[in-house]
Amino acid sequence: MHASALIAEDEPLLAASLQAELAIAWPQLRIVGTAANGVAAVEQALALHPDIVFLDIRMPGMSGLEAAEAIAEDWAADAPLPAFVFVTAYEEYALRAFEHAAVDYVLKPVDAARLGRTCARLQAALQARAGTPGGTPQVLSAMLNQLKDLLAAPGTDAALGGAAPRLTVLQASVGATIHLVPVAEVLYFEAADKYIRVITAGREYLIRLPLRQLLQQLDPQQFWQVHRSVIVRAEAVATAVRDESGKVELTLRGHPVRLVASRLYAHRFKPM
Amino acid sequence: MSPASNGTDVELPERRALPLLARALISAAYGLAIGAAIAFLHGQDLVTTLVYALCISLLCWGCLDVGRRQLARWLLARGGAGNVDARDGWPGWPWMLLIICVGSAVAYIGGTALGDRILGLHTPGLFAQSSVRDAMVQLLFCLVPAAAISYYFYSRGVLANREQAIALAQRQATENRLKLLEAQLEPHMLFNTLANLRVLIALDPPRAQAMLDQLIGFLRATLSGSRALEHPLREEFARIEDYLALMRVRMVDRLDTHLDLPAALAELPVPPLVLQPLVENCIKHGLEPALAGGRIELCAAREDGMLVLRVRDTGVGLAGTADDPTRFGLRQVRDRLATLYGTRASLTLEAAPGGGALATVRLPLPAAA
Repeated sequence: MHASALIAEDEPLLAASLQAELAIAWPQLRIVGTAANGVAAVEQALALHPDIVFLDIRMPGMSGLEAAEAIAEDWAADAPLPAFVFVTAYEEYALRAFEHAAVDYVLKPVDAARLGRTCARLQAALQARAGTPGGTPQVLSAMLNQLKDLLAAPGTDAALGGAAPRLTVLQASVGATIHLVPVAEVLYFEAADKYIRVITAGREYLIRLPLRQLLQQLDPQQFWQVHRSVIVRAEAVATAVRDESGKVELTLRGHPVRLVASRLYAHRFKPM
Repeated sequence: MSPASNGTDVELPERRALPLLARALISAAYGLAIGAAIAFLHGQDLVTTLVYALCISLLCWGCLDVGRRQLARWLLARGGAGNVDARDGWPGWPWMLLIICVGSAVAYIGGTALGDRILGLHTPGLFAQSSVRDAMVQLLFCLVPAAAISYYFYSRGVLANREQAIALAQRQATENRLKLLEAQLEPHMLFNTLANLRVLIALDPPRAQAMLDQLIGFLRATLSGSRALEHPLREEFARIEDYLALMRVRMVDRLDTHLDLPAALAELPVPPLVLQPLVENCIKHGLEPALAGGRIELCAAREDGMLVLRVRDTGVGLAGTADDPTRFGLRQVRDRLATLYGTRASLTLEAAPGGGALATVRLPLPAAA
């Protein structure tokens, strides 16, 4: 069957090699593009709409997992999500759990037999195409989050099984002054470049921390991730309105902003 | 653990020494043996003598054991944190002799009184002895065994502690070597390199062969580097050249390198792989995350009688490294420098002017140079 694929791999020789191996394992597969980093992968995937995206996990700019999340969030609502295949040099134990899931992985150097099995599985999934070869957004988001935690660099808190202590007070510097902001006063967090904007009812602060790391230090009952760059305090949300594209618009108590929950996270908002 | 004390670090090495109950039983056994001997020699009633002996020996042990521990703790609290013996609950012989003398006297008087209570007898007290000499003899019966047993416990404890310290040092050395190897043979680096090599074998055999040679050089250096004590600086540069050549195959034009080793410094001895972890950090945390990659500069210089090695990159800089697990590389280099040169060597990591990171290693020059 004819399908299209995008390869995201930062090492040129390995990208060429994966393309060559795919040409043997699945001659009809059309490679619509190759991207040399995570940012380019997201751009190209959204522009070219491939059926399958091969993503190197370690890439400059944006990891393969982050790229998959960004692609899934911004993917056209009426089109089924692409299938993601992660490519990694080292068989991290965690990956084995995903061999038979909607998300697949292959190892570098590429083993022809293993790649053949992946291709067969992808073909079957695309043939059936009940709409979502890449799984439903919920399944994908849960899986990506799990993967991110499991693949977090060894030695970090995430790798130690979420042993990060809960934050109760944030310390944000404004000039030479350090402001202590109780976490309970925060309405929402929004990642902006290398910073996180911390929005309370009264004012806004900047802290320098990766969003993922912050997320691990927050109470998951209280703070919900609703977008790859937004974490909101559940109690601060007043209403959630779903639009036809599957996105959910949130209004907050005590703040005029309207936040968007992407469809990866929209499933959290449903009537009891 | 002995229930008598719940100190934290004070107690740690004592786990290997005899436990509390064993010490009490051994003391009691000695006491009974001495009591039996006295009863036999003096023709006294065996049971009566044994009761007194048991009371005195247990009390004596109690005074000595509690006394030495309290004194050791007091010595520690007084600021003798470096007093290793005190941390093991040993105040040192001068103090111990004092404890033995006082403890024996207390135990003799107290134990006799206790024995009287138990047996309903009345023994003339120490001060009711006919002469000072008699009193001294009575006391010696208690004092000499107390000193002997104290010495026995002490030497046992010292042995156990020494064994434990040796085992600990060995384990740490092995662990460090393993961690170093693990960090150096990072699976992502190794398998990505092999994956590239595999592609090159089909595409460009001569280049594949060159790459394989570099990989061999890198592996050899890594495996032997954890054993050798030092090698010439030019050797260190050559190994880094190998490593960077491997990385260039992978990163192509995202990696630019410049190595500068003045000929006059080429033969100076340096610890093996002292720069390697720093260069790896440049790649891993400076250039790999940067979309456009960057440049690594490595240079050696002689400044103020020191050998100064600088590793600089133009990557994403040090922001966010605070929580990075890579600190292992830095820590490991620092530890090795400290072991080899004490405070005469240093490693600093700072933001480089114009972006990126700069690591500087300062080593003392060998005396002949």
